[in-house]
Amino acid sequence: MADEKNRVEFTAEMKKTYKILFPNMLDIHFRILKKVFKSYGYDIELLTDSGREIIDEGLRLVHNDTCYPALCTIGQMINALKSGKYDVNRTALMMTQTGGGCRASNYIFLLRKALKNSGMGNVPVISVNLSGLEKNSGFKITLPMLRRAVATLAYGDMLMLLDNQTKPYEVNKGESRRTVEKWIGKISELFEKKRGISAKEMKTYLGAIVEDFKKIPVNRTPKVKVGIVGEIYVKYSAFANNDLEKFLYEQDCEVMVPGIMQFMLFKVDNRLEDIKLYGGSKMKYNVIKILFDYLTVFESYLIEALEGSDFVKPGTYRHLKKIVKPVIGYGCKMGEGWLLTSEVMELIESGYENIVCAQPFGCLPNHIVGKGMVRKIRTMHPNANIVAIDYDPGATKVNQENRIKLMLSVGKEKLAENKE
Amino acid sequence: MIRIGLDVGSTTLKCIALNDNGEILFSKYERHYSRITEKAAEMLSEIAERFENEKENETALSISGSAGMGFAEKMGIPFMQEVYATRLAVKKLLPETDVVIELGGEDAKILFISGAQEVRMNGSCAGGTGAFIDQMATLLNVKPEDMNELSKAHSKIYSIASRCGVFAKSDIQPLLNQGAKKEDLSASIFMAVVNQTIAGLAQGREIEGNIVYLGGPLTFFSELRRSFNEALKTEGICPENSLYFVAYGAAMNDEVKVFDLIGLTEKIRNYSSEGVYQSCEPLFKDEKEYEEFKLRHSLSYPLSGLSESKKAYVGIDSGSTTLKAVAINENEEIVYSEYMSNSGNPVPLVKEFLIKLYEKYPDINIVSAASTGYGEEIIKNAFHLDMGVVETIAHFTAAEKYDPNVDFIIDIGGQDIKCFKIRNKAIDNIFLNEACSSGCGSFLQTFAGALGYNIEEFSQKGIFADKPVDLGSRCTVFMNSSVKQAQKDGAGIENISAGLSISVVKNALYKVIRVVNADSLGKNIVVQGGTFLNDAVLRAFEKEIGRNVTRPAISGLMGAYGAALYGKRRCKGEKSSVLSLAELNNFTHDVKAITCHGCQNHCRLTVNTFDNGRKFIGGNRCEKPLNIKTNEKKLNLFEFKKELLASYKDMKGKDNKPTIGIPMGLNMYELYPFWHTFFTSLGFGIINSGDSTRKIYLKGQHTIPSDTVCYPAKVLHGHIEKLMEENIDAIFYPCMSYNIDEGLGDNHYNCPVVAYYPEVIGANVNTAGNIKFIKDYVGIHRRHDFPKKIHGILCREFGDIKLIDVKNAAFKAYAEYERYMKILRLEGKKYLRYANEKDLPVIVLSGRPYHLDPEINHGIDKLICNEGAVLITEDSISDLVEKFPTTVLNQWTYHSRLYAAAKYIAESGNKRINLVQLVSFGCGVDAITTDEVRGILESRQKIYTQIKIDEITNLGAVKIRLRSLFAATEND
Repeated sequence: MADEKNRVEFTAEMKKTYKILFPNMLDIHFRILKKVFKSYGYDIELLTDSGREIIDEGLRLVHNDTCYPALCTIGQMINALKSGKYDVNRTALMMTQTGGGCRASNYIFLLRKALKNSGMGNVPVISVNLSGLEKNSGFKITLPMLRRAVATLAYGDMLMLLDNQTKPYEVNKGESRRTVEKWIGKISELFEKKRGISAKEMKTYLGAIVEDFKKIPVNRTPKVKVGIVGEIYVKYSAFANNDLEKFLYEQDCEVMVPGIMQFMLFKVDNRLEDIKLYGGSKMKYNVIKILFDYLTVFESYLIEALEGSDFVKPGTYRHLKKIVKPVIGYGCKMGEGWLLTSEVMELIESGYENIVCAQPFGCLPNHIVGKGMVRKIRTMHPNANIVAIDYDPGATKVNQENRIKLMLSVGKEKLAENKE
Repeated sequence: MIRIGLDVGSTTLKCIALNDNGEILFSKYERHYSRITEKAAEMLSEIAERFENEKENETALSISGSAGMGFAEKMGIPFMQEVYATRLAVKKLLPETDVVIELGGEDAKILFISGAQEVRMNGSCAGGTGAFIDQMATLLNVKPEDMNELSKAHSKIYSIASRCGVFAKSDIQPLLNQGAKKEDLSASIFMAVVNQTIAGLAQGREIEGNIVYLGGPLTFFSELRRSFNEALKTEGICPENSLYFVAYGAAMNDEVKVFDLIGLTEKIRNYSSEGVYQSCEPLFKDEKEYEEFKLRHSLSYPLSGLSESKKAYVGIDSGSTTLKAVAINENEEIVYSEYMSNSGNPVPLVKEFLIKLYEKYPDINIVSAASTGYGEEIIKNAFHLDMGVVETIAHFTAAEKYDPNVDFIIDIGGQDIKCFKIRNKAIDNIFLNEACSSGCGSFLQTFAGALGYNIEEFSQKGIFADKPVDLGSRCTVFMNSSVKQAQKDGAGIENISAGLSISVVKNALYKVIRVVNADSLGKNIVVQGGTFLNDAVLRAFEKEIGRNVTRPAISGLMGAYGAALYGKRRCKGEKSSVLSLAELNNFTHDVKAITCHGCQNHCRLTVNTFDNGRKFIGGNRCEKPLNIKTNEKKLNLFEFKKELLASYKDMKGKDNKPTIGIPMGLNMYELYPFWHTFFTSLGFGIINSGDSTRKIYLKGQHTIPSDTVCYPAKVLHGHIEKLMEENIDAIFYPCMSYNIDEGLGDNHYNCPVVAYYPEVIGANVNTAGNIKFIKDYVGIHRRHDFPKKIHGILCREFGDIKLIDVKNAAFKAYAEYERYMKILRLEGKKYLRYANEKDLPVIVLSGRPYHLDPEINHGIDKLICNEGAVLITEDSISDLVEKFPTTVLNQWTYHSRLYAAAKYIAESGNKRINLVQLVSFGCGVDAITTDEVRGILESRQKIYTQIKIDEITNLGAVKIRLRSLFAATEND
């Protein structure tokens, strides 16, 4: 068992005086999320630094064969603590922990080891998890807070989705981004006033966001449409994936990155699937089912708000689960599990035939659900144009970009064929 | 219009000019030695001159190739991805083509043209191909083109790891040291390239039809093409202009941009990028600092003569790439020394050294002669030396002479990094580089060669580099592309040279030693080995650890010097048995390679015959081929486990009940007793796929989708293929997120690969046909639910089966599994007691149950027993420990056993029990377990030893590790 006795707890006392550092992953979502935490009395700061020295710090402190996200985030946090910007005796760190069979569940322990080895073993590390893995008296996710967090993900997914579909085509450069910024501000403001989370309000505001984006003048000349899937951190974090989205955007592509709501649903649903596959208590099943249904409602707000617009809607979780059934089992749950395979298929269905599958070098689940499933997906969708890119401290941008460019050449050729 | 295509590859530049009809007007192929713009400008001005008079002609230019992306972008020249360019060219020039195989300097590509079009390119790990062959040629000390000629005369093929150059190196080096022939090695290297390409890129799709070979290596090496033909069972063609397809495709670019050629050429010539790349601090502030440094590390030492007694002591260090030899006098001063590149065969060099020594001192009295290093055994036998000494001990002996307080020694040689901590005048902790991060000296050399310099010149260039490139710490293959990137960003040769020296140091510190802070290394550090003769590397090391170190003047000779000292202190007689001058003059050496078929390891033996009579056999793991009969029974729990598993015999189904085939791999290994009992209790027949072999692996390698997954997973493809040929009804290979809960950890998962590999098999191996493939999710961790759930699966596949029968079968299966584990654990304890009574060293060879497979463990168990140790396994003692707190999340069943075994050993208080952990290359989970196991052991001053294994393993390095471990834990 993991050593609980010697863990530095984040106490209620600390909550009042400590600053909490949290590594960034999804820019839009996390910026709103930060406000949510703030409104509950947590002084949170998002770490957005990038650069070689962070990776080097990670390499020094974490076993070099550990996956890239661990090197990035641990390097980023230790680097911040060492920067002198924060009072190390009044700073805590925060990290998510899923508790699955993937080694990612161990990041938090690797972080503690790294802290100890850097002489900062007294810095508390807060685990953000829904599995009850570790508890801290000074940090508790309450139901209202959870509701806001989930609402944040829905708003964030919506903004990301619309921005991605508008930015490449906008007539006035920067307009889409400005709209995103406007709404980040507005939603944060709403949350501070304890608003924006009721069913009615969510529908209203999500609808208003769609309307706002509709108003942006666009010129929809066909572009190569690329979907990004992969290990969650590398997929979303520009720091980890060498600004993949920006690169694709510069190559004149439209980019689609599936949202994070479905990942949440997937993680909850796994518990249901476990019981279905291996047996378990009916009561436990029912409790989880309630949570699952509750989260599904947020997804439906998002999709309903998009009804009647020309924007490509994300597939529902239900749909994702349905289409993947002939390809891989629902028991495949570690890491991104079957969801990754399903996202590839759903993207292809929605016209994003060109796929970048981004994963840390040597990512265990991705041997299975990413690279392992490409062949099968291709037999079902011969047009699928998939490239798997590994990210790691030694992988160079030029190598990665060259492979992506190969994928894009084929995509461009098809685009030209379709035009004719 | 003249259309020019310029293909800027990683090592070469190809240029082609076409007229409007697509006819080739001009073509040129040249190595660019990283002076890309300079060479490109030369080529373009050649074209400009050639077509000077055709003024009406406009010229269009398009660039392709991985190294051309950067400057094409900056100069606004159209760019075309190279694989895509190849495809365009092939479609135009050879429209009948089905598949193109193109090997370049560092890339390998397969293009499927007919049918569903697909393009494949090697992943970032897969290493180079042209560069790989170059590297291997360097290792064999021949020119790449000679390899082709040599290969024609081959008589046998060795299996060489094809994954990456570094691996192959560690496979070839021992073969060379054992005296394998270059002819055979050359052919084997080509075959390795073929296997790599097929395994890495085919990914389940058959390579058939009209095959076209393109690119440098396939153009220049007919034997490589032959190897491909052989493997693909076809005759591919290598068309005219096979070097220029990428350039041709680029020339055909639709995106036409017309340039004034002369103006553009000038622009390219003067092109320099902004020089924005990650850089480190310069090595030296100024010349003065360098002078001080040189003074501190003077490399001169006086050569002494023999004393009156004429007594001398010889030490020979036969390393992986170099041979070092010294003779010392009674005062332990050097009287003669040699430092030579071993060119693959150390034997003639030693002969030469000894003859020269005798000639220089005709009245010499050699009292002792000792050898060390990779070639220790063969040299000792060939020349009748008195003794051999483990490398680590030799180095320590020498270092202690220089600094009696030495507490840390780091030796960077041609192939390996060796470091050890010294505590209480004994070697305490050993770090050797894993197969993956070698590089080191030969790595610098290869780069120097690739850039057109010799090593001294090259590294000297880095001394005053103003902005050394920050290349990080990674294996050679990655380094290649990092260098490529740096070149693209405009780093000059000086800064690349310094950067490479720094990265060698970083590799050693952060990858091999895994140092967290410099102070933990030690206070009195001695550095040695040929690579530290390089001032840039030495300086980088001092800068990185923030401390000055001692580089003995004889840095490169330390191993040999240590061996000589060791011999001097241990010799018993007055006269060494080393060959005399007369004997040396008649000395002959013949080598023959054979394969031992004594067991499944199929050791590749080299039989060396000296002086037409004396024989020495190298490459063996056990004594079997030596025909030595011993009465002593080897206590090897691996063997016992294998016998125990073999007792679950193949069974025929009763009353026409179906027969099940089980692949012996990953988690099925340990669970075989469970499934065997379960199915036979139901009256089913059952067989398994048996031990893995190289042949089985090759059978399935074309369906492996991820080339970086661990070897135990890769071999599973072959096991399934093998079962498909059997007379069975179904293959049962279930997915299992969870394993049995042994109560040692926070959870009881399988690792993701073990848990879900059946999905990969289902999606990639063609399992269509009469044999069912059952890969359902099964939870044996829930004893009470398991029968119900499996009942559903069985009924679905085989019709009605009674639930009560399934329940009974499950009951028996659990009982049998428990019995199996109990037998194993009792036996393990019996071995422990025996070792205790007889005072024998014990090695707990720890890993996963599937490491039992001889194809996966490469017979390391036998090697250990052969060194005189009793061998047990982690799972045979993990039950002796209660659940305890760990500093990591302890959530995998198999891995919990590692921690438990480590804890047992740490607390045993018995110096003679030690743990050796087997780690499969690419195992992500072991990145976590190795640190934890090390931590548990070191908390009680135990030595942690890790052995990385893959398709191949470097048994030489394993031996050194084990022998050092035994030496350090001997009873005083």
